[in-house]
Amino acid sequence: MAKITLDNLAHSYMPNPSSEDDYALKELNHDWVDGEAYALLGSSGCGKSTLLNIISGLLHPSQGRILFDGKDVTQTTTAQRNIAQVFQFPVVYDTMTVRQNLAFPLKNRGEDPNYIAERVQQIGQMIGMEATLDRKCRGLTADAKQKISLGRGMVREDVNALLFDEPLTVIDPHMKWELRTQLKKLHHDFGHTMIYVTHDQTEALTFADKVVVMYDGRVVQIGTPEELFETPAHTFVGYFIGSPGMNVLPAQVDGATAHVSGHAVPLGDGYAVSGRKVEIGVRPEFCTLTRDEGLPVRINRIEDVGRHKIVRASFEGHDINIIAEEGQEVGADMTRVTFDPAHVNVYADDWRVAPHGARKGEAA
Amino acid sequence: MTLELRGVSKVVGGQTHIHPTDLTLDKGTMNVLLGPTTAGKTSLMRLMAGLDVPNTGKIFWQGEDVTGMRVQDRKVAMVYQQFINYPSMSVYDNIASPMRIIGKSRDEIDAAVRKSADLMKLTPMLDRKPLELSGGQQQRCALARALVKDAGLVLLDEPLANLDYKLREELRIEIPKIFEEAGSIFVYATTEPEEALLLGGNTATLWQGRVTQFGPTPEVYRQPVDATTARVFSDPPMNFLQMTKRGDALHFGDGQNAPASGKLAQLQDGTYTAGFRPNHLEINKHSGEAMAFSAELVVTELTGSETFVHLNHDGARWVGLFHGVHKLTIGEALTVYLDPKHVYIFDEDGSLVAPASYALAA
Repeated sequence: MAKITLDNLAHSYMPNPSSEDDYALKELNHDWVDGEAYALLGSSGCGKSTLLNIISGLLHPSQGRILFDGKDVTQTTTAQRNIAQVFQFPVVYDTMTVRQNLAFPLKNRGEDPNYIAERVQQIGQMIGMEATLDRKCRGLTADAKQKISLGRGMVREDVNALLFDEPLTVIDPHMKWELRTQLKKLHHDFGHTMIYVTHDQTEALTFADKVVVMYDGRVVQIGTPEELFETPAHTFVGYFIGSPGMNVLPAQVDGATAHVSGHAVPLGDGYAVSGRKVEIGVRPEFCTLTRDEGLPVRINRIEDVGRHKIVRASFEGHDINIIAEEGQEVGADMTRVTFDPAHVNVYADDWRVAPHGARKGEAA
Repeated sequence: MTLELRGVSKVVGGQTHIHPTDLTLDKGTMNVLLGPTTAGKTSLMRLMAGLDVPNTGKIFWQGEDVTGMRVQDRKVAMVYQQFINYPSMSVYDNIASPMRIIGKSRDEIDAAVRKSADLMKLTPMLDRKPLELSGGQQQRCALARALVKDAGLVLLDEPLANLDYKLREELRIEIPKIFEEAGSIFVYATTEPEEALLLGGNTATLWQGRVTQFGPTPEVYRQPVDATTARVFSDPPMNFLQMTKRGDALHFGDGQNAPASGKLAQLQDGTYTAGFRPNHLEINKHSGEAMAFSAELVVTELTGSETFVHLNHDGARWVGLFHGVHKLTIGEALTVYLDPKHVYIFDEDGSLVAPASYALAA
């Protein structure tokens, strides 16, 4: 396993990029800590695949260096980098047994047969296929084949990193839970450096120690799931993480109070804000419907999504979504909404503003 | 306007894809077919559309037998997971194409295309080619084409499965609104319970070629008729626990006992399976009646606002979903709580014998 360093890295698919807009991946400096599990999250076209391809060596960056444990590997091939990859669709040899498929990377490297047998058994058990190790892969379900692909990606203990590119896309929802659990367990047991690319927030948040959120070729936030939820660094993170995403309202901020169309909204801390566009952001989880307190809203729709309700409301043309508990009554007279002050964030030109008395653990 | 399936079945190469099925869908309704891959969703849609002829049973459209009628002669539109557009035509011509085929007048076509494009927020893109659009816009173009036909029956086979989840979120809000306006019968296949809940309407749960239940979506979710339906309509998966009822006590597989209070007191003595959803398992004891279970923590997953715990309870895999972020250690012994009001009781055949009492109130 290795620490992976991105040094001054950027990439443009154009021969002579002239402005920042020409870069599919904008300048980035980052250390991927040895043994951590990362997710790269963003919508299609955000640059996450470009970044993954640079790390794996399928693409050579137009600027900057990539280092594995301090050693420059920018110009080396994928094979020389000694990494394992798992792709969106299963890659298995149909004519081979499950055991042969799992053993393949070890055999290629001329490992000791006793070691191979033992290791394959271990991986087979881990992916829950020890009973079918001697079955031919032909005719297995897509789920089973993807498990084998995951197992094969994990079979070598000496790889520098494990890269996953949307590995659970073809998997049924129920099986996703099982496979994700196994991946998580494998990471816990073996401590590989893992980088997992996905556009699915649940997958990213549940898999990773740290999530790297990308938007328009730029890394907008790297943080734990909790940080992305509690203190989104950019309004895009607020929108992209969470279902529904964070509510954003234009505001004037004066100390510990925000003014939204003349209504005072208390904040959890004091702010000094400058910027052309000032907004407050509050997640639906921290909004409460009331009868006589808070912003007056119009309720447009109430969706029963099982374990909770999503109340879709609007305030002067701005959408406000509110999450209410499963059993909670939403009376016709509940037309006001309050925000939990501790969970209202302030944004200037889309970037989060740290409060004066910065709370512990927050970046300025 | 109704679509009625009476005893419809489909056997392919000796394999039963659809067991005899009765189903009636009404005008202006959204009907979700929910089930895992290979449950029979697409097979059932193909029968509804007339793309396949059933082996047994009949299909009625507004009371008229259309069982053998070709798909071309029916008023049906279908949208697939892999969006299909004509790449060389503009968005306008793509949307107009089904109306041109049936020879509508230029004015009629124009009015319908503009209305449909407006609903799908494609008006500024009518002159573009599909490949110049984003994935979400391409799928909206395919949806607009399905709407423009004014088909009585619109079949959508996992139409959002290939899109980014934020786009799906957007379209899931838009789609039910559009359906309300259009007044057709909509059938929407999905593998995801959450999608069914967001779409609302009615849901038919499918499992191994059988419709296990059909009714208003929240009702099927909260009052499943059997353990199979409950399992299909639960993500993360429902948890199960074996138990025996003897006299006024419940005895669980792990040696625990609880009083058989409330409606459970009326159960006949015997062996049952208790089922409960992950979000009803709790890490703190909120109610005096809550039962306590000890389990080993296998894995935790944090979403930032919630914690998923994967547990090993007496050899069974359970999933719990707790509010807030809980930092727990893998391998640690946990005590988790469950309020009896959240427990469904199934008999040995999996049929529901007692619904969770909270669900009757909800």
